[in-house]
Amino acid sequence: MKTPFHKLLVANRGEIAMRIMRTARAMGYHTVAVHSTADANAMHVAAADESVCIGEPLPSQSYLRIEAIIDAARQCGADAIHPGYGFLSENELFAQACADAGIVFVGPSAKAILAMGNKAVAKQLMMDAGVPCIPGYQGKDQSEATLFAEAKGVGFPLMIKATAGGGGRGMRLVRNEEEFVDLLNSAKSEARSAFGDDEVLLERAILEPRHIEIQIMADRYGNAIHLGERDCSVQRRHQKVIEESPSPAVNAELRARMGSTAVKAAQAIAYEGAGTLEFLLDRAGNYYFMEMNTRLQVEHPVTEAVTGLDLVEMQLRVASGERLALTQEEVHLHGHAIEVRLCAEEPAKQFMPQSGNMSLWRPSKLLRVEHGLNASSTIPPYYDSMVAKLVSYGQDRDEALRRLVQGLGDTVALGVNTNQTFLSRCLQHPVFTRGEATTAFIGQNQDALLASDPREMQEAAAIAAALIHAISSGQSSLSHVYEVPLRLAVGSELMEATMKHGAGMSCMLRMGDRQFDIQLLSVDQHDVRLVCNGVGRKAVFQRDGNVVLLHYRGQAWCVLDQTHEAVLSHAKGAGDGKVRASMNGRVIAVMSRVGDTVQAGQALLTLEAMKMEHVHVATMAGVLLAVNAGIGDQVSAHRVLAEIQAAVAA
Amino acid sequence: MATIESRVSSNGADFIANRDGMLALLMRLRAVERRAHDASTASRARFAKRGQLLPRERLALLLDPGKPFIELSSLAGYCMDNPDPEKSIPGAGVIAGIGFVSGIRCMISASDSGIDAGALQPMGLDKQLRMQELALENKLPLVQLVESAGANLMAYRVEEFVRGGNLFRNLARISAAGLPVVTVTHGSSTAGGAYQTGLSDYVIMVRGRSRAFLAGPPLLRAATGEVATEEDLGGAEMHTGISGLGDYLAEDDREALHMARDILANIDWNGQMPSDKDRSFKPPRFDAEELLGIMPMDHKRPVDMREVIARIVDDSNFLEFGERFGSATVCGNAHIEGFAVGIITNNGPIDPAGANKATHFIQACCQARTPILYLNNTTGFMVGRIYEEAGMIKHGSKMIQAVTNATVPQITLYCGASFGAGNYGMCGRGFHPRFCFSWPNAKTAVMGGEQAAKTMAIVQEASAERSGVAVDRAKLDALQAKIVDNFDRQMSVFATSARLLDDGVIDPRQTRAVLANALQICREAEVRQPQAMQFGVARP
Repeated sequence: MKTPFHKLLVANRGEIAMRIMRTARAMGYHTVAVHSTADANAMHVAAADESVCIGEPLPSQSYLRIEAIIDAARQCGADAIHPGYGFLSENELFAQACADAGIVFVGPSAKAILAMGNKAVAKQLMMDAGVPCIPGYQGKDQSEATLFAEAKGVGFPLMIKATAGGGGRGMRLVRNEEEFVDLLNSAKSEARSAFGDDEVLLERAILEPRHIEIQIMADRYGNAIHLGERDCSVQRRHQKVIEESPSPAVNAELRARMGSTAVKAAQAIAYEGAGTLEFLLDRAGNYYFMEMNTRLQVEHPVTEAVTGLDLVEMQLRVASGERLALTQEEVHLHGHAIEVRLCAEEPAKQFMPQSGNMSLWRPSKLLRVEHGLNASSTIPPYYDSMVAKLVSYGQDRDEALRRLVQGLGDTVALGVNTNQTFLSRCLQHPVFTRGEATTAFIGQNQDALLASDPREMQEAAAIAAALIHAISSGQSSLSHVYEVPLRLAVGSELMEATMKHGAGMSCMLRMGDRQFDIQLLSVDQHDVRLVCNGVGRKAVFQRDGNVVLLHYRGQAWCVLDQTHEAVLSHAKGAGDGKVRASMNGRVIAVMSRVGDTVQAGQALLTLEAMKMEHVHVATMAGVLLAVNAGIGDQVSAHRVLAEIQAAVAA
Repeated sequence: MATIESRVSSNGADFIANRDGMLALLMRLRAVERRAHDASTASRARFAKRGQLLPRERLALLLDPGKPFIELSSLAGYCMDNPDPEKSIPGAGVIAGIGFVSGIRCMISASDSGIDAGALQPMGLDKQLRMQELALENKLPLVQLVESAGANLMAYRVEEFVRGGNLFRNLARISAAGLPVVTVTHGSSTAGGAYQTGLSDYVIMVRGRSRAFLAGPPLLRAATGEVATEEDLGGAEMHTGISGLGDYLAEDDREALHMARDILANIDWNGQMPSDKDRSFKPPRFDAEELLGIMPMDHKRPVDMREVIARIVDDSNFLEFGERFGSATVCGNAHIEGFAVGIITNNGPIDPAGANKATHFIQACCQARTPILYLNNTTGFMVGRIYEEAGMIKHGSKMIQAVTNATVPQITLYCGASFGAGNYGMCGRGFHPRFCFSWPNAKTAVMGGEQAAKTMAIVQEASAERSGVAVDRAKLDALQAKIVDNFDRQMSVFATSARLLDDGVIDPRQTRAVLANALQICREAEVRQPQAMQFGVARP
């Protein structure tokens, strides 16, 4: 049965909306974008033929509003909807609403989504289809006693998982019997608040496994193929960071075995469209079904790179009722592909999501970069922190890796902190380069992956200082020769340095026991060529007052020039007594009032951003002079939330 | 215009000898200057403990990076605090110059409080008075970074005390002339110093550091028996909150300097000024480095000053005026970084024709409103019977009249000798040039030491002959040597600049940049129309 359509609405935003529309337009489909008020100027809106605003910034008021999206489709005459990933992509009510409205939903049936969306049901279906599953308990009896008894049967270590869960929430690793009850309760309460359902299942924990997933594609005529595996073992807090295909741990025989398991599973549930079966692979080569994602995956480009196929095109063809155009035998894997997810986040602060203005964005031309950013874009605080995917391809893994490291360092992302440096360190870590990374990789190596390198930081600060102090007006030959006592801050690191101007655009900086002789050869709006201690390099920068955003030697830096700011001697290191918002967020608690006597470090307010809480503390002891924010206020980064008058030592 | 043809060979033995001599003098100059820096920096630990910046660090934070800063009179007081040239610390306790703050060209004067807690040094008063004069003449806002322990009671001199009143009179005049005075009181500013603060239009005080009172605790106790702390008597919090002497309260030096920059940034000082953007010019055709090798160390050897001109004017273009008349005195028109300038210099003594030509040229420059640059290289007016007969005195007088009464800015640069009445005719310090700079080899004197000694010997011999006494050769030789020594000691820049007989010694290679700045300052002063007031700005 054919279900042709001519206009495709993409019920998503950012890079994936751009990605889907690119293929859709190439195939001759008109495209419709939907967007929240926060995304009115976003790239995906500009890229579409038509666009409809579907509500306020919060996802629950826009991208998750089924009615509004169906209305938008009607309004524009869209007869098909692609949900992308996230948001409503695995919501059976949405699939059903499309069906009810006579709109083609690019994805599986509501029934398949529902079945695979419930972990317990999915696991049962898979076991019935002969798919190896992790031993465990899934039952309606959710009493503590029953779960505890079952846990002992499954054996420790084990995982508690919310049946309605995803994204790592409602998930706990229990190492022994003693921990079980406490962790069960916390998993249940998290599941209840996240999904409104606290049902859990228990599973044997496979320690240090690899995360291997099989991409499948099925049509409505019972044909199904797999497109090889993706190794997504490098994860932090159960979120993928690096994905590659093929997996260094999967040989042709294992691939064929896992692939045919996946195909059989898809056929068993009459699956249609693109789907992914996620498995855990242990050291012995045993694999266990984890879950099935009934949508296009974030990391689909690595599969596209090694198969030469366009997965979105295949999705659209299947959705319009075409048969799969190729058989399993016609699927060939060539070369190696690796993808990293560039996220707006602060890795050193528990990967706290960041938002704000990505004021300078230049994706590398050496890689396939999927993104939804202009040269200068705002990253709103309401959505996923991933801003771009960088995908490399090579004849073999070494080549793909080399290219990715190069292209990642070449990518300029300034204005909002990202995980660029963290990704680069992951890619160059010997465990990863040897192809030995498991899901425990980041946890086991986080010190090396997250530590800041003071030498790199000093050099970046020196370059930034040169840009601020040496180029202001083109150097006069009569410029003074006094040493400038600089104070520079990178994050929470404060650096003191002295600078001497030299001839032309040159200067000499001393920082501790290090010396930097810097000459700026040419400076235009954002690009600078320079020589630092005899080595010529390029840098990209943006200056806004006393802040320099700098892309230098493959890393992004934000250097604050505090040379002209007071260093309070009567409250050393405490700054000026002002407590500033550490990021954009909403005030959810205020713990102190004006006039209170506070101690340094005492909690004053709590901000929430991206579902994470961040407590702001008093920077010095004293009396609270002002509290400038109330519960519910949306505040921007650096806003003064409270002011403290220092207690003067008698 | 004609391009000057250079005959200088940078490989010639003369050139190399000249350059070696000049570089040695420059090294000595920098070493002497460095002594003030080192002496001041020796206080680093004491300053750091108090959370203070050193005076030069303060200047570095006050000044716009990359913009020109011309430090003035860095040798002031040299060998006057201590006669030992190897121990004396130059600068007179003040660091001063013309530079940019928030894009505004200012006269800047900072107490060198790393030395002797900023106490006034010999020539310190005169140096400050000269800076005030420069601010007034050139219509420059004045920024003062004050931290001074005041005068040394042990060295009290009544005439210095009375003459010191000029300092405060000038501040009142500068304010009344419509030139903002911005003062950061970094530390003590006692007694007379307190009026330096009180007479400023904008005063920034530093919490816990600023001190301004007529009588500090010891004097107060001596005078009235009252006991009070320094902070109570004249601290920043008291003055900004109670007395109203201070307008801005800064937490430390860094913030105070930022405030000073902010104050100037908020004044629309250059709003009415013509844009500088259209000024275009070509560099000289010859390397400024070669200026090191042109002037002989021995002022008796001749120099073609066109070689100097060729290395400082635009495109080395020089329209010589009356080239064939009074040729030893060279006059002509040129541009320096786009600014028109009339140049007068000497290829030998000034003779009657040269004096006449120079007089004519000065008047023509005044008619055309062209500033005049005097490149001093003269052993004086010509002497001898035929010159006296030709009226050397009256022609020299005409030239002096023209110099004195010229209505255009005049800038003097001592390139070599400036002897006798030649110093007057060539706009020496006594003739109040707008700016007066020296090269390190410059020599200023009423005559050469040897001539003076010889003159004395001839007079003595004649006297002896008249009285029929035999000349005591040994005594005469000793006397001659003494005269030579006395003249030579006083003619070098290390003596003249110490006595503020110029505004500073410059590196010959920076001549063009310094002169261009000076000419621009003169031009801006001519165009600028500050809002003059009858009495300056008064405090509440």
